Amino acid sequence: MAKGDRGTTTRGRQTTARPRGPKAAGGNEPELVQLLTPEGERVEKVTGPDGTEYTVDFTDEEYRGLYRDLVIVRKLDAEATALQRQGELGIWASLLGQEAAQVGSGRALRPQDMAFPTYREHGVLYCRGIDPIMPLGLFRGVDQGGWDPNEFKFNMYTIVIGAQTLHATGYAMGVTMDGKTGGDDGEAVIAYFGDGATSQGDVNEAFVWAGVFNAPMVFFCQNNQYAISEPLERQTRIPLYQRAAGFGFPGIRVDGNDVLATYAVTRAALDSARHGQGPTLIEAYTYRMGAHTTSDDPTRYRIASEVEAWQAKDPIARVRAFIEKQQIADADFFAEIDEQARREAVDLRERVLAMPDPQPDTLFDHVYPNGSPLLDAQRDQFSRYLESFEGSAH
Amino acid sequence: MATETLTLGKALNTGLRRALENDPKVVIMGEDVGKLGGVFRITDGLQKDFGENRVIDTPLAESGIIGTAVGLAIRGYRPVCEIQFDGFVYPAYDQIVSQVAKMHYRSRGKVKLPIVIRIPFGGGIGAVEHHSESPEAYFAHTAGLKVVSCASPQDAYWMIQQAIASDDPIVFMEPKRRYWEKGPVELDAPLTGAYPLHSARVVRPGSDATVLAYGPMVRTALDAATAAAEDGRDLEVIDLRSLSPLDLGVVYESVRRTGRCVVVHEAPSNLGLGAEVAARITEECFYSLESPVLRVTGFDTPYPAARLEEEYLPDLDRVLDAVDRAFGW
Repeated sequence: MAKGDRGTTTRGRQTTARPRGPKAAGGNEPELVQLLTPEGERVEKVTGPDGTEYTVDFTDEEYRGLYRDLVIVRKLDAEATALQRQGELGIWASLLGQEAAQVGSGRALRPQDMAFPTYREHGVLYCRGIDPIMPLGLFRGVDQGGWDPNEFKFNMYTIVIGAQTLHATGYAMGVTMDGKTGGDDGEAVIAYFGDGATSQGDVNEAFVWAGVFNAPMVFFCQNNQYAISEPLERQTRIPLYQRAAGFGFPGIRVDGNDVLATYAVTRAALDSARHGQGPTLIEAYTYRMGAHTTSDDPTRYRIASEVEAWQAKDPIARVRAFIEKQQIADADFFAEIDEQARREAVDLRERVLAMPDPQPDTLFDHVYPNGSPLLDAQRDQFSRYLESFEGSAH
Repeated sequence: MATETLTLGKALNTGLRRALENDPKVVIMGEDVGKLGGVFRITDGLQKDFGENRVIDTPLAESGIIGTAVGLAIRGYRPVCEIQFDGFVYPAYDQIVSQVAKMHYRSRGKVKLPIVIRIPFGGGIGAVEHHSESPEAYFAHTAGLKVVSCASPQDAYWMIQQAIASDDPIVFMEPKRRYWEKGPVELDAPLTGAYPLHSARVVRPGSDATVLAYGPMVRTALDAATAAAEDGRDLEVIDLRSLSPLDLGVVYESVRRTGRCVVVHEAPSNLGLGAEVAARITEECFYSLESPVLRVTGFDTPYPAARLEEEYLPDLDRVLDAVDRAFGW
C-alpha cells in the first residue's frame, strides 16, 4: 500500500456522506464560477445567481503578470519551507495550492482597500507590493510579525482563528462612519479566513455585524478542504458560501484554483462594498496541497488519490497552458520568470539568514504605549541580573 | 470652579459626555447603550445628542463588541465599550486577552489600541447569577492591559475621561452598587490637572493600621474606619484606584508607619489582587510589619444566590475582625 493510501474507504470530497439530515439546498454540489478550466480553456463569462456577470478583460501583459505573480509566490513559499526544514525558520504555513486564490483576490484589491489576513496570506501580501521578508521574522522567531497595518493597508498576521474577521468588520464600520463609501474611490475591506474558521463564533459574529451595519467588506474564505486534519464535513452541513444567505448578504463560490475567476469575483464584491452595497461572502474552493504547517503530517488524514485529483487542477499549470495556447508569451518568457523567482528566493534566503536575534532587554519593549512602572522595575532588575555575569565564564 | 453633587453613575455619564464632546474619534458601543441609555443609564441621553454613529447599539455579542472595537481603533477611533455585566465579559475574553492586550506588543509599538472596556462589577444589588462578579484579577494578570476602578463620583468623572484619553487599553471597573451614591464633583478643571489615573490615594489618614481597598469596598473600608475610631483605633484607608499597574509607593509609606495592613476586595481570595499586594508589601516592608498582611475577601466559591450575598461580601464587621486579628498577632 502506498504511503498515504490508507485502505479502501472512499473519502473523496464529493462522495463523503453527510450526517443524517436534509441535503444542501439544490441537492447537488453547487456550481462554482470558473473562467479558466484546468486545461487552460478560457470561459468567456459566467453569470452568477444574482445576475452579476463575471469576466475579465486582461491585456497580454496582465496575463503574463498574473503568471509571474503565481510562480514567484509559489517559489518564495517553497524557499520558506526549505528554510524551515534547514532549521532557519521555526515553522512555516505553506500556501502551496492556494496561489490563485491569493493572487486573484490580492490583485483585485485597489490601493485604498484594506486587507486582514490570517497567517497564510503570503500571496496576498506579495500582491500588495509588500516585501516578502516582512512576515518571516514571525516564523523565524525574531519578532511577532509586527508591522503597521495602515502603512501597508495589510493588517498583521492573526494567528487566533477567525479573530481578524471582527477586526476587519470594525475597520469597515469605520470606513462607513468616515463617509468613505459610495463611489469608485470608496474604500473596501477584505477579511481572509479558512473553512475551519467558519465554525468560530467570531466569524459568525462578524457576519452578523457586517450584515446589520451594511459594512463595506468582503469575507474571503479559502476553503482548502481541511482545518489541519479535519475535513470540511466536520465544519459544515451546507456549502460554506450558502451560509451568507442566513446573514442577509450574498455568497458565491468561485474556483479558487482559477486566478481569473477569483480576480473577477473578488473585484465585483469589493466594488459592490465600496459603493455601499454591503458585504459579500466569497468561498474560494481550493485545496491545501501541502501540510497545514511544517509541523503537520497530512498523510495521516488524507489519501494520495485525493491529492492527485487536485494536482490535476493546479492553479499555475492552467495559466501557463492558456498563455501557450494563446501565444501570449514565448519560451524565453517562462525561463525569465523562473530565473526571476529563483533570484528572489535566493535574496529572501540571504536576508532571512541575516536577521539579527533581538537583544534580551527588548522583551520589555512596547507592552504599553505609556509604559508601566512595574515593567520598568522588572527590566532594571533583569539588567542587573545579566550584568552580574559580566566578566564571568558563564 | 463649578462643583456639583452627582451620583457616581451621573458622574460617569457626564465624563463620557465630555469625552464625546472633546474628541470626535471617541465612540461608545455596547448593548442597549443607545435609546435605553444602558441598563444602568450610564450612557443616558448620549445617543440622542451625539447620534447613532457615536453611540452605537451593538448586536448582542460581547466578542463582537471588543473585536470590532479593535478594528475601529486600528482605523483611528477611540472606542469605549460597555460590557453590560461583569459575568458577561467572558465571551469577549479572547479578544481582550489575545488581541487588545497584545497588539501593541506584537506590532512593536506601531499599533495603539486606545480602547476602554467599561465593566460594572461586584455584588450587593440582589441580582441573579452572572451579575455580581469581580473578574478584575483576570485582566490585571494580563500583560498589555491596564485596569482601574473608581470609588467616588469625583474619581468616576475624571478617571473615565483619563482612561479614554490614554493610549493604553484600559479595563475600567465600575462599582455598580455605588452607582447611586452621591458626592461632590469638580466639573470644569482641565483634564491634565486631575489626580493621576494610575495612582493610589489616601482617602482617610490614620496611624494605627492601613486598610487597602478599591471600587465598591472603599466605602466599606471607610465605614470600618469610622467604627474603629469609636474604639480608639485610627485606621488609614487607601484607595488603590489602579489595579494594574499597582501604585504601591503610598502603600509602602503607610505600612512602614502603621506596621499592620488589611486588604479588602469582593473578589475571591485565591490569587486575587490581595495576594499580589501582600507579597509585595512583604518584600518591601518586611522589617516594619508587626503582623502578616491579612485579606478580607469574597470566598472561593462561585458568587452565591442573592439571599446569601450578605454572607459572601466583606462588610464592616469582617474588616474590623481582620484589624483585630492584626493587632492580636
